[in-house]
Amino acid sequence: MKLRIKFSKHGVLKFIGHLDVMRYFQKAIRRAEIDIAYSTGFSPHQIMSFAAPLGIGLESNGEYMDIEVNSLTASTQILETLNSQMVDGIQILEVKLLPENAGNAMASVAAASYSICFREGCQPQFLNQETVKAFFAQPEIIVTKQTKRSESTFDMKPSLYAFSLCQDNKTLLLTVDASSSGNIKPSLVMKAYFERNNSVLDTYSLLITREETYLNLGTAENRKLEPLGFIGSDY
Amino acid sequence: MRKLALSDKILLQVEKPARYIGNEVNSIMKEPDKIAVRFAMCFPDVYEIGMSHLGIQILYDMLNQFEDTWCERVYSPWPDLDAIMRREQIPLFALESQDSIRNFDFLGITIQYEMCYTNILQILDLSGIPLLAVDRSWEDPIVIGGGPCVYNPEPIADFFDIFYIGEGETQYRALLDLYKNCRHQNLSREEFLKKAAQLSGMYVPQFYEVNYQEDGTIKSFVPKFAELPVMITKELVTDLTNTYYPEKPVVPFIKCTQDRVVLEIQRGCTRGCRFCQAGQLYRPVRERDAAILKEYALKMLNNTGYEEISLSSLSSSDYSQLEDLVNFLIENCHEKKVNISLPSLRIDAFSLDVMKKVQDIKKSSLTFAPEAGSQRLRNVINKGLTEEVILNGAALAFQGGWNRVKLYFMLGLPTETEEDIRGIAELSNRIAAVYYETVPKEQRNGKVQIVSSTSFFVPKPFTPFQWAPQCTKEAFLEKAYLTKNAIKEQLNQKSIKYNWHEADASVMEGILARGDRKLCKVILAAYQKGCIFDAWSEYYKNDIWLETFAECGIDIAFYTTRERALDEIFPWDFIDCGVSKNFLKQEWQRALLEQTTPNCQVQCNGCGATKFQCGICIAPRTKVVEA
Repeated sequence: MKLRIKFSKHGVLKFIGHLDVMRYFQKAIRRAEIDIAYSTGFSPHQIMSFAAPLGIGLESNGEYMDIEVNSLTASTQILETLNSQMVDGIQILEVKLLPENAGNAMASVAAASYSICFREGCQPQFLNQETVKAFFAQPEIIVTKQTKRSESTFDMKPSLYAFSLCQDNKTLLLTVDASSSGNIKPSLVMKAYFERNNSVLDTYSLLITREETYLNLGTAENRKLEPLGFIGSDY
Repeated sequence: MRKLALSDKILLQVEKPARYIGNEVNSIMKEPDKIAVRFAMCFPDVYEIGMSHLGIQILYDMLNQFEDTWCERVYSPWPDLDAIMRREQIPLFALESQDSIRNFDFLGITIQYEMCYTNILQILDLSGIPLLAVDRSWEDPIVIGGGPCVYNPEPIADFFDIFYIGEGETQYRALLDLYKNCRHQNLSREEFLKKAAQLSGMYVPQFYEVNYQEDGTIKSFVPKFAELPVMITKELVTDLTNTYYPEKPVVPFIKCTQDRVVLEIQRGCTRGCRFCQAGQLYRPVRERDAAILKEYALKMLNNTGYEEISLSSLSSSDYSQLEDLVNFLIENCHEKKVNISLPSLRIDAFSLDVMKKVQDIKKSSLTFAPEAGSQRLRNVINKGLTEEVILNGAALAFQGGWNRVKLYFMLGLPTETEEDIRGIAELSNRIAAVYYETVPKEQRNGKVQIVSSTSFFVPKPFTPFQWAPQCTKEAFLEKAYLTKNAIKEQLNQKSIKYNWHEADASVMEGILARGDRKLCKVILAAYQKGCIFDAWSEYYKNDIWLETFAECGIDIAFYTTRERALDEIFPWDFIDCGVSKNFLKQEWQRALLEQTTPNCQVQCNGCGATKFQCGICIAPRTKVVEA
């Protein structure tokens, strides 16, 4: 039986990298004495998979991991016992039982939404409803993506699903492709937005929070994005 | 949420920012306004090394059990952050509260190896604490050192207010009470230190005066005040079962060197190997009862969530309740999917049986530490491991399916000859031959793999070899080449891999280990010229060290190759670790005569530690024959 666990990551935890968060949860699950399933072999490990790695420096309200368990206790109870083992900065938000046929967390990820603010004194002059709308209205957005080995230029627009400015005129909301093959970093979108406004982005000026991670219940052309936990149920 | 001492900008620039943020599982937060004593406990190396140290975990737990005290942790900022902190003048801070170290009442520094001495200065410097103890005021914390290196604290005497000689569990409460009283009475820092120097185990170096002979050796070493002790006896825990031990050790976010629950099963060692400092310092050997260790094991695993547990001691095979404890762990850990990592056990039927249960034979290897290549030299160093025992152990293991063997040796031991060195190659070869003799071709799992490693011998205080000259770097390297060539001549040379340590650092370690107060200025100068993280080969700057010695007018040979007279006063002679100088002298002479001395299990050799009236010294001797 597979459970999908949603958690948030804030404060100093933003300096803990993805692999260390995994190690942290492996220990927390042991402390909480959750009846997790183990792989077989000489050094058994917990059957656990994470949805989408979060970069160092980012906070999140929408992280997910799947774990396989041997027996079921009420989801509210698991939520409570796990929360009692958390450090300041990580909170378990929901625990859902997945249907048998559900794909694993990582493969299920289709998109992610982010909120972006600017550090004090870093908000650019050109940040307003018009420039944000104009940016998103472009038929194509050509960007250069740098990987460890190479550099590629491509049109980001099909992967940018939403881009808007909140009523406070400070917080940007964006939704992008976050699948393993087409993941778009929010900073890449911001870089393009800055360039479009003849400005250069210092990525350090951004305070980025992942708000939600989605799966796609529609088709590639006609997306129906729902939070990863949508397909699970309370029990 | 806690406010961090470092900005996001800095934390996002440096390698592994998790080293500096605290907030780990089981780390202790207290309310500063309800606390009388703020204690910063430091391991002067990088976080991952420092967090792996059991001693600090024990003291952190103990000090935080005191309601009036808050003990926090601090480690050496890695060179990347070190540079930023200097440039931006950010004071060093403790992980828990993120408060500046300078505002603490105590800065405790554990000193585990000589090559961390410049990192001690880094810690003081980044904290804004004057490097020299005599320049400090009540604006600064009391800087107190502990750990094995304080058994010769003289090379770093100028930098410490107090050295705590011995095991930390016994005297801290008294010291903290004294501190509180003195502060309450508005006494001066000097008055406090004078009172502290009268507490058992406390050494306040600025109150002791050293006079030298013309040849540079010590003429006299005396306290400046009549009320201070001439000799300082080490502190030790007489009952290891009923004392402090952490049930909730701090669990780091990032992977550390020691990433597991550690059970300390005993302190001390009965074997009396003549090169080994720990074997003398921690006498008498004391066991912790298996019943309480079982309780600790379960509690610690539950409280940390670690997936591995390991036993810690100098010689686990000598622990009398080993079988009982290990069987308990195997039984309980299996269902919890917890791995058991065994320390190097003596290879025999029992240990091989246990290893088969807890490790993957294909991935694990056997470890032997003959330390010397010939029986003659093993007698000199009193290493009670014979070739027969090694070969029988290896045969047993090869039959059990193992085919990897690690061998540890030392080069440069007293009286060593070319023949002894060839013995390293020959023993390695013979072990390989045993494999081909015992395992029929069709049962072999590939070739046998022997890895022979040599380290260079560094004479240490409080060992019978404290009188021995140390080799020069050139002599060390010559010995390593000789070993390498001798291995190449062996029949099974293709199955033997040879590794050797760096010689530069071993020479430097030797200088610092048997150094005196004259070295304080060299260490200070080397630090000021940029030496830090000397224990890390990528940061160790041998040229700068040598240049600094020359500039300070200090002759290295005085500390290394010089043969010491039997009646020489050593810089560490004012410390009483239990083992008498006479006993060590006798052992040194027996060594030169190639005579062995039985281990404490077999008979008492009158080393002097009996005066502590604990452990093996008062237990009935059970073992008649030495294994």
